Amino acid sequence: MLRLHDYVLSGSCYKVRLLLAQLKLDYERVPVDFYPGRQHKSPAYLALNPLGQIPILEDGDLVLRDAQAILAHLANAYDPAGIWLPRDKERFGPVMMWLSFAGGELMALSAARMHDMLGYDLDADAARARGRAALRVLDDHLADRALEGGDWIVGSTPTIADIACFPYVALSHDCGVGHEDYPAVNLWQRRVRKLPGFVTMPGIPDYF
Amino acid sequence: MTKTSDQASLDQWYVLGAIGDFPAGTTKPTRLLGADLEVRRGPGGAFEIAELGRNGTLPVDLRYGHLWTSLGSPGRPIFALPENDEPDRRAVYCGGVHVRASGLRVVENFLDLAHFPYVHTEILGTESMPEVARYQVEHREEVDEVWATKCTFFQPKAAAAADGGQISQYMYRVTSPFHVMLYKTPPTAPNRWDVIALFVQPVEEDYSIAHPFMLVIDEVSSDADLIAFQQMIFLQDRIVLENQRPRLLPLAPGRETPTRGDLSSVIYRRWLKEKGVRFGVEEPAHYAHA
Repeated sequence: MLRLHDYVLSGSCYKVRLLLAQLKLDYERVPVDFYPGRQHKSPAYLALNPLGQIPILEDGDLVLRDAQAILAHLANAYDPAGIWLPRDKERFGPVMMWLSFAGGELMALSAARMHDMLGYDLDADAARARGRAALRVLDDHLADRALEGGDWIVGSTPTIADIACFPYVALSHDCGVGHEDYPAVNLWQRRVRKLPGFVTMPGIPDYF
Repeated sequence: MTKTSDQASLDQWYVLGAIGDFPAGTTKPTRLLGADLEVRRGPGGAFEIAELGRNGTLPVDLRYGHLWTSLGSPGRPIFALPENDEPDRRAVYCGGVHVRASGLRVVENFLDLAHFPYVHTEILGTESMPEVARYQVEHREEVDEVWATKCTFFQPKAAAAADGGQISQYMYRVTSPFHVMLYKTPPTAPNRWDVIALFVQPVEEDYSIAHPFMLVIDEVSSDADLIAFQQMIFLQDRIVLENQRPRLLPLAPGRETPTRGDLSSVIYRRWLKEKGVRFGVEEPAHYAHA
């Protein structure tokens, strides 16, 4: 049985919940008191992940941290058709590239959100500026893809690149960043929301 | 902004956080009603609260697991919460959540039953059963609190420990302009009331920190379960609260049109008006920008 150490308000945990739903995989959810309890920094959790972060996925004896690594693992292990993680030369590299982007540049939106929502002590304006720059890059890419007739970040079907990028884009309203300046992103996130088996989380607007 | 001149709001007690939010030997800045405060906790655990730019210290009260203070002269002590002394209840501190909304809007949203099916879909309500049954609201003058009673609502998942749907019984209690709580039948103890409180720390007219606090009968759920449930609900509200227009609560007649189900809001707004509360209230000068 898969076991996900999960926090309901975490966009990174949501990436994993989203893919688990797409793959129709059963799993055990272990709620973590991330805030205010900081349970992810407790000795028991540091033993599972010395970086003190969630999500953490247990799959048998395997203990995985990092949402992007977990997405890649789930797609590799449980999607034999290779839909979510294509292995061909044209798509594998780009999917990995956008996966890194989701765990890297886009996480500035997560930082700004933690400040605005939970009062974390950090420079939220700087984080918002980095987040907007990342959205600009994603919007330009999706606009180029639209010109080629492409609806998704890579190729003609949704992949784990879309799953990884979606949460913090869709949650950007939580830190006061709207989608007015990112029309291609806005159209794309509507497509993600229409995927069969899509699950939502608090903070994702229903009517945009 | 600078500190408000709204005496009705200044003369109230406010929560600045759960006591555990302030470790011994630390100093933490915070804000209240536009004023900058500093909360100092000595190595022995004693609290001192100062308002920057003003001599002396502010009153400190430690009650119901929270740190309370006031910028004015509250005419009465902090409200009674007898459930806090019941030994079989679990006190759960859910952590302060920041909201770009008037604190009065936050309280009013907490009082609202009608949004359950649409904002807390398949949890606190379901879209096929949206009706708000008739309930009663009164201003209890002897304690100067607003109470809504005999509220009922069908809820698919009323609490963390709920297995299936139930018709939940509710009572709402507003003890001061920025403090509200509800009493609700717990799934595991139908003869008692869970208490879920929302202590709002009004920071700016349109910016608040909400401190949810629960006193519940639940031997099953973990703290993480209970906190996650409450945070999920509150964060579903937060996106709605941040998008409400006008941002400040209108008290003038005709600015918003209540329906029968909004009776608690009508009485709450009337009560705020009688008290002369202005912090977080829409003034006519705002109309052009609303």
